[in-house]
Amino acid sequence: MAEARGHVPDPQTFGNPETGHFWREAAHGRFVIKRCTACGKHHWYPRSHCPHCGGGETEWVDASGGGTIYSFTILRRGGGKVPAYVTLDEGISVFTNIVDCDPERLSIGQRVTVRFWAEEDGLVVPVFAPES
Amino acid sequence: MTERKSRAYIMGAYEHPTRLATDKTIAQLHAESALGALADAGLGLNDVDGFFCGNDMPGIGAFAIVDYLNLRLRHIDTTDTGGCSYMIHVAHAVEAIAAGKCSVALVTLGGRPRAEGASTGTAPRPYHHAQPDIPFELPFGNVIAGSYAMCARRHMHEFGTTSEQLAWVKVAASHHAQHNPRALLREVVTVEEVVNSPLVADPLHRLDCCVITDGGGALVVTSPEIARQLARPLVGVIGMGEAMKGQDGGHVDLTYSAIAAAAPRAFSEAGVTPDDIKYASIYDSFTITVLMQIEDLGFCPKGQGGRFVADGNLISGSGRLPFNTDGGGLCNNHPNNRGGMTKIIEAVRQLRGEAHPAVQVPGCDLALASGIGGSLAMRHGGSVVILERQR
Repeated sequence: MAEARGHVPDPQTFGNPETGHFWREAAHGRFVIKRCTACGKHHWYPRSHCPHCGGGETEWVDASGGGTIYSFTILRRGGGKVPAYVTLDEGISVFTNIVDCDPERLSIGQRVTVRFWAEEDGLVVPVFAPES
Repeated sequence: MTERKSRAYIMGAYEHPTRLATDKTIAQLHAESALGALADAGLGLNDVDGFFCGNDMPGIGAFAIVDYLNLRLRHIDTTDTGGCSYMIHVAHAVEAIAAGKCSVALVTLGGRPRAEGASTGTAPRPYHHAQPDIPFELPFGNVIAGSYAMCARRHMHEFGTTSEQLAWVKVAASHHAQHNPRALLREVVTVEEVVNSPLVADPLHRLDCCVITDGGGALVVTSPEIARQLARPLVGVIGMGEAMKGQDGGHVDLTYSAIAAAAPRAFSEAGVTPDDIKYASIYDSFTITVLMQIEDLGFCPKGQGGRFVADGNLISGSGRLPFNTDGGGLCNNHPNNRGGMTKIIEAVRQLRGEAHPAVQVPGCDLALASGIGGSLAMRHGGSVVILERQR
């Protein structure tokens, strides 16, 4: 963890009352997602209500941290970043980056696990790396 | 063909001729486009009582441009669904006219991203920190080209689509652009040239991406009563559908677009099927955008878009589905990063018989314009309008 990446401007974005908890947990190396207390389904990105059943109460739960690559790309003009959707073992897909890999050898369906990388401004973000 | 009833008609259409507007303001581009479309219809600014635009004019809604044009309006609509806003504006104009809220609706677009040096597809778009999705996407390089590339990669994985098949979309557009003296890129390209152009965001190459151009365009939609008094051909709007698609709370499925929901609504309203369509304007921000819409419009089953577009099937005169005969956004023009306006304009040209003779579809009396605006893998709008020549 803590390898510096591109600068993320506007830190207030990451401390709002609805999802600030996510980033505080990430800073401690914990990947949390939201689950509805009524229907029990997980969702992404985190919200205070459930986008699936419309329930008004959701709770933070620990994610397993494992998943598979749903799709990805390599940004040839963005310093080679690898944006991807990763489908978590909990069944929801999150937009993230694949790191610590040879991008040319990645494939859809490949198993990945969560890592935490620090941005230049100190923000810690969850990213994913191929399982060894 | 049995003539269907239209609640309103597109009577004026104008594509701004510029592709680089270093010498013009955004407001000027709107105004010149508006005057062009009104002159085409045989109307003037004083006839306009309804106005439609997206958020491409700075300021609150349409205030600045409406005041600049000094319009006196009964109806105003600033719905924004990115580049497909203009299909939706036409649809909403028809509804407003049918409801008696206005009788001459003006739709305008203008912008100068090229003059301003924008990196449309490869740099992050402007954002507001209060967008709820921003914290979860901004740090990861959420750029437009990457978003469409993830859809292309998934399509290849699910259906065996190839880069060569995607390249055929660009090849067909370039065959049309060679006849358009105003097209930014007029050179005919080959499949090999597309797949050998530099990768921008795997698997999309530079030639899979649309051009970045300045300019604009405008449309005039009128009531049937006014349309019948004008000298131009009657282009009726007979079917309209719109939809939005997001991430579904994390149940992401990149194999289809919002057009899958919008198209059946438009075809049902028009009472026609994809087989009846003689010409299609299909939003072409990237080659994959076209391929997915062709499937979602019902021109072929899901997953067979790659086979459908291959071997020149989109080329006017030889292919089964002539598309984007002006050269589209891939070769001709994608003013202000919003290709919806020029899609409708070329469909109107086809229905009037005013496309370039080399690409004019003979007897073109039924056409559609389909658009996708926003970010295909994140949040996007989709809209389809079906148009019929009725005089």
